[in-house]
Amino acid sequence: MSLSINDVYKVARLARLGMTEQEAQTAHAQLLNIFGLIAEMQAVDTTGIAPMPHAQDITQRLRKDVVTEPNQRELFQAAAPQIKNGLYLVPQVIE
Amino acid sequence: MLNSSLQQLGAALRSKKISSVELTQLYLSRIAALNSKLNAYITVNEEMSLAQARAADVQLAQSPTNALTGIPIAQKDIFCAMGWRTTCGSKMLSDFIAPYDAHVIEQFNRVGAVNLGKTNMDEFAMGSSNETSYFGTVKNPWNRNAVPGGSSGGSAAAVSARLCAAATGTDTGGSIRQPAALCGISGLKPTYGVVSRYGMIAFASSLDQAGPMARSAEDLALLLNVMAGFDERDSTSLQRETEDFARDLNKPLNGLRIGLPEEFFAAGLSADVAQAIESSIAEYKKLGASVVDISLPNSRLSIPVYYVLAPAEASSNLSRYDGVRYGYRAPEYTNLADMYEKSRAQGFGDEVKRRIMIGTYVLSHGYYDAYYLQAQKIRRLIAQDFVEAFKQCDVIMGPTTPTTAFNLGEKNDDPVQMYLSDIYTIAVNLAGLPGMSIPAGLDGNGLPVGLQIIGNYFDEARMLNVAHQYQQVTDWHTRTPQHIEV
Repeated sequence: MSLSINDVYKVARLARLGMTEQEAQTAHAQLLNIFGLIAEMQAVDTTGIAPMPHAQDITQRLRKDVVTEPNQRELFQAAAPQIKNGLYLVPQVIE
Repeated sequence: MLNSSLQQLGAALRSKKISSVELTQLYLSRIAALNSKLNAYITVNEEMSLAQARAADVQLAQSPTNALTGIPIAQKDIFCAMGWRTTCGSKMLSDFIAPYDAHVIEQFNRVGAVNLGKTNMDEFAMGSSNETSYFGTVKNPWNRNAVPGGSSGGSAAAVSARLCAAATGTDTGGSIRQPAALCGISGLKPTYGVVSRYGMIAFASSLDQAGPMARSAEDLALLLNVMAGFDERDSTSLQRETEDFARDLNKPLNGLRIGLPEEFFAAGLSADVAQAIESSIAEYKKLGASVVDISLPNSRLSIPVYYVLAPAEASSNLSRYDGVRYGYRAPEYTNLADMYEKSRAQGFGDEVKRRIMIGTYVLSHGYYDAYYLQAQKIRRLIAQDFVEAFKQCDVIMGPTTPTTAFNLGEKNDDPVQMYLSDIYTIAVNLAGLPGMSIPAGLDGNGLPVGLQIIGNYFDEARMLNVAHQYQQVTDWHTRTPQHIEV
């Protein structure tokens, strides 16, 4: 396990988590410890074992392709940080 | 009244000895008096609770009613309840008013139970001590310098201190059973898929399961009867015949085979806990049960596997918090990416960020096979251990936790130590099995010990029977914290 401080910055960027240098240092040390704990897993021989993605061996149900939800835009947008004319406002994306 | 069972409370309500409004007011006044000491509730809304109680009183005047009609239930703040602030213990959702009801909330509303308030929890259910809540730590009613456990610590403390008749919790790696054990109450995590996850704020979707937290197995059965049920809005909700989880409570335990996994009694288990568990096993033998030595050889891997899979699922689930549609948005930013990064950096606490980082890393290019896929393969090995074990026994028993409640702050600086406190509970979530914890003694400092009972898939009725019979011949579940007036 060789997680570098640069990996920490890279992962933070992928996860869209702003991070100061000091936070990254702390995170680095803690993540190294946690991956030390996880490392135990690597020694296990899992040849021929099928991955278990889910607790029950069932396939997911599909539902009919019909409209089930009524329009509740105003209700749902009441929780938004910034809206205007029924639209979510974000900083300008296209220059 | 405060120590009455749910059945007794229901009878008192139906015979008009007390009204739902009076019962709700009784609990609200206790919350007003004691919550500042325990911090068990994040949100209380007297007006909304009393409106439900008044409606329940109308319903009670007519028949038929449900066992829980008019009974005040505390809801973990992970369940969306329409019109209620629903925070999930996070700054990210500190102002979020839920615009809809979770299925669990709908189920309680349907029978006329009263929502007494939203209980404190670890942020996004990530924690084992309730110390990661943005709204402050919950104190253990048995010793206010100790943690209540987590992540459903507020619900556990509220039940233990009689600040509600019963409560709900969720359990992803032990979040119902561990706080139930540390606060001296009973808690049940059902088989994955029995209770709908709709409207339950997602942490690790393949492991999350809601369940009841209460003072006895009998109460748990009544609560599960209301909570369980098929819901088409959760694609993992299981379509099963409706069952009465209380149907087997009074069956004798003659011939019951209890499996004791050697791994649950190995190094790391405190002497006090070991002794209490051995005494309860002895009690079960008196009730006619026999004991079988079993092994769950891969259970030692459950913590590493969990800390790959749960963060991986969490990093995906929590990507929705972007400061655009709902939730916290940073006050200042330069562009869209900066807005995302600042909103998430400021809105999430340290433990949540840590898990998002782990999850993002294990899912990232080049590491997926070594971590995520390997963890899923070992998950199957862990589940197969249980399949083998249940060929030899009907239920599995052991300690819920390696120690009783640890002190506030004790494990805060070392995430790995904190993670290890869930060593006996996590394998159950990985396998998707039902598990419960019931009070089974006190340690030398007077802190509660929890006995864990693990059942085969869909064997909740039997587990409740096993727990109930123990509670007929012991009184650990009736003990109350000394420092809290009841």
